[in-house]
Amino acid sequence: MLDQDAALPLRADLEEHLRECEHCEITLNTTRKTIQIYRSHEIYELPDDLRERLHQAILAKCRKC
Amino acid sequence: MSSSIQSQGTAEVHPDVLLVERARQGDVAAYEKLVRQYDRQVFRIAQHIVQNREDAEDVVQDAFLKAYEKLDQFQGNSKFYTWLVRIAVNEALMRLRKRRTGKMVSIDEDVETEEGSMPRDLADWSPDPEALYGQSEMADILRKTIQGLPPGFRVVFVLRDVDGLSTEETAETLGLSIPAVKSRLLRARLQLRERLSRYFKKGEGNGSRAKLGQGGVK
Repeated sequence: MLDQDAALPLRADLEEHLRECEHCEITLNTTRKTIQIYRSHEIYELPDDLRERLHQAILAKCRKC
Repeated sequence: MSSSIQSQGTAEVHPDVLLVERARQGDVAAYEKLVRQYDRQVFRIAQHIVQNREDAEDVVQDAFLKAYEKLDQFQGNSKFYTWLVRIAVNEALMRLRKRRTGKMVSIDEDVETEEGSMPRDLADWSPDPEALYGQSEMADILRKTIQGLPPGFRVVFVLRDVDGLSTEETAETLGLSIPAVKSRLLRARLQLRERLSRYFKKGEGNGSRAKLGQGGVK
């Protein structure tokens, strides 16, 4: 979650701050949770019937190319 | 010199490259495999941009068709998926522009907002926020929450954090600089976190004031 490109001394300072600052720790943990929740829920499902219809339409047009 | 030739010779060829090669020679079945592999992700990204199912369907069709027509232009120095998503993002933005009767739309729109750049809601969340809501209620909360973000933030968050593209791939796909991707990603994450806190903080959930429709989500 912390930027891997950040310089090592900066990362060490941040990690030390996180150990002592409850607000930042909460912000970091709930931000991690935000990402995990969005990853684990498909909010725009592509239903099977629509999927098949799209495939047929796409491939029919490709064959005419 | 000899080591670079050796490493080129032994480098694994991504299976997509072989499918693209066959599709270029007119093998539609090979292209169908690529469609089946990536249609769900393309549909998701299109929905996040156009926010309308019919337009998203059109974007999926147009993006795959355009990619097929332009297969000769695919260089193979980026992943097929990032190349395809770039086409899909452009199609989605064009579709959005049409719907807004010609008004210019870009992924730079509305990104100057300062909202969410500093965390305000510092309350901790319930230990298992997903248990507070049913599956479909949760999907509604997540949809409404992300729809409140500018398109340029939504698409960066989805490519980077949901699809798992690297910062470099996201930048290449969207034609943005790496610092721009990092800045948008940070602000998207913080804004989403802030908005979700209304639903997930300790003491919230079913029967609370944060019920859908009253939580102030745009």
